[in-house]
Amino acid sequence: MLIRPPAEIAPSEITPPDIYRDRRRFMQGMGALAAGAALGTASDAGAGVKLAGVRDSVHTLDEKRTPYKDVTTYNNFYEFGTGKDDPADRAGSLKPRPWTVAIEGEVHRPQTWDIDALLKLAPLEERVYRMRCVEGWSMVIPWVGFPLNEIIRRAQPTGNAKYVEFVTLHDPKQMPGQRSRVLDWPYVEGLRLDEAMHPLTLLAVGLYGEVLPNQNGAPIRLVVPWKYGFKSAKSIVSIRFVEKQPVSSWMAAIPREYGFYSNVNPQVDHPRWSQAKERRIGEFLKRDTLMFNGYGEQVASLYRGMDLKKFF
Amino acid sequence: MAGLRNPKSWLALLCLLPLMRLVALGMDGGLGANPIEFITRSTGTWALVGLLVTLSVTPLRRLTGRADFIRFRRMLGLFAFFYACLHFATYLWLDQFFDPAAIARDIVKRPFITVGFSAFTLLIPLAATSNHAMMRRLGRRWQLLHRLVYLIAVLGVIHYLWLVKKDLTEPLLYGGMLALLLAVRLPWGVAVLQAARNRRVPARS
Repeated sequence: MLIRPPAEIAPSEITPPDIYRDRRRFMQGMGALAAGAALGTASDAGAGVKLAGVRDSVHTLDEKRTPYKDVTTYNNFYEFGTGKDDPADRAGSLKPRPWTVAIEGEVHRPQTWDIDALLKLAPLEERVYRMRCVEGWSMVIPWVGFPLNEIIRRAQPTGNAKYVEFVTLHDPKQMPGQRSRVLDWPYVEGLRLDEAMHPLTLLAVGLYGEVLPNQNGAPIRLVVPWKYGFKSAKSIVSIRFVEKQPVSSWMAAIPREYGFYSNVNPQVDHPRWSQAKERRIGEFLKRDTLMFNGYGEQVASLYRGMDLKKFF
Repeated sequence: MAGLRNPKSWLALLCLLPLMRLVALGMDGGLGANPIEFITRSTGTWALVGLLVTLSVTPLRRLTGRADFIRFRRMLGLFAFFYACLHFATYLWLDQFFDPAAIARDIVKRPFITVGFSAFTLLIPLAATSNHAMMRRLGRRWQLLHRLVYLIAVLGVIHYLWLVKKDLTEPLLYGGMLALLLAVRLPWGVAVLQAARNRRVPARS
């Protein structure tokens, strides 16, 4: 008997993301269009629209990508509510156009970028990264974006710039979750300047080759793959260069549980739960969590000599 | 069909709805991106709801004067235990996949699991002594033993409070309900219920 090796899956057999798209998204899109038409405002900046000229990059992973539907319906984005499905249900009120991002603080060339100009700042590339949430689950996501250091180089930080602070939009009309005081708004995150300059640190404007959906942090968000997901600030309006270590929203909320660094580290548990393992969305058995989420080779040197139990 | 005329059959069906919903969602692929988390949360929630509903039988009886409500209490309590079992089984099997070392570590090191595990363990003797024979055998000690349910419910709420990341709204809601149900058992609370009942049905005596 002949046993044939499993045939390689032809690209044509992989369901394109548009098929995943469910009715709700379609209806939301129609609603947004209708509202836009009625108010005469610019409509949705087109979540789901293919991004042109996206290059492949060396950052690919030999791991199965988390389906588009899961990446876009299972989110932590407290600006739209604390439930995992709240962002997908409620982020339709976010208007990703017009949008500006202010580059400010300790830089020689402060500048306020219009989002569409920012999109042309550097070539867009696809990067498939692991995403590990502090809650113990993980995904594999094909982001589209460019390295944050492209902006930093142009801004020319002064000698005083030691840290970079990221601020998310604060507008309870667009972000209904901000009417609750669950965190101190606006959401603030921070990186050390060398972490921000690291080539892995990405500013993402899309996923699965398409414009970033609102619930994933449209129009522009940070992705720092070796840190827990909450470090990757979404819907950014300001990137500020500062001398002192920023106090992030989670540090301010529960300082005992959330530190500034928040590197993925299976040896340092969250005070209330273990970080040794994680459940990859779509898988049944938990898998071991990797040091620096598997990016140790690239980033471990940033933390040489530091006690990572102390600087958690 | 005598069964249909017995309100207990209807109550049992009602109590099975959360489980049937989970099964239906599971077959429909409706449990979301993280089905195991969904099942864990759902069974845990219904165990807690079951405890609170069981604890509301006595106050409700005092409020309405309908002594016959008491005959539903055992079934409600056993359903709370049933969902607690499902919750615990989900943790053992789907979440930890019977990894004894990891489970032991969890129970010792994670306060929210310590508390949840204690609540579950304490429920077992209550479920085991819920039949008439045990009631008769234990006599006065039966009631003493079953007062553990107050402690179990408190542990259940703490378990919930300690596991959420930040948004305490829901666990506090359950905590508030429990506080109310415990308060109306104090002499002062009993008097309030009595007064409310007299206002509603003044001509009953």
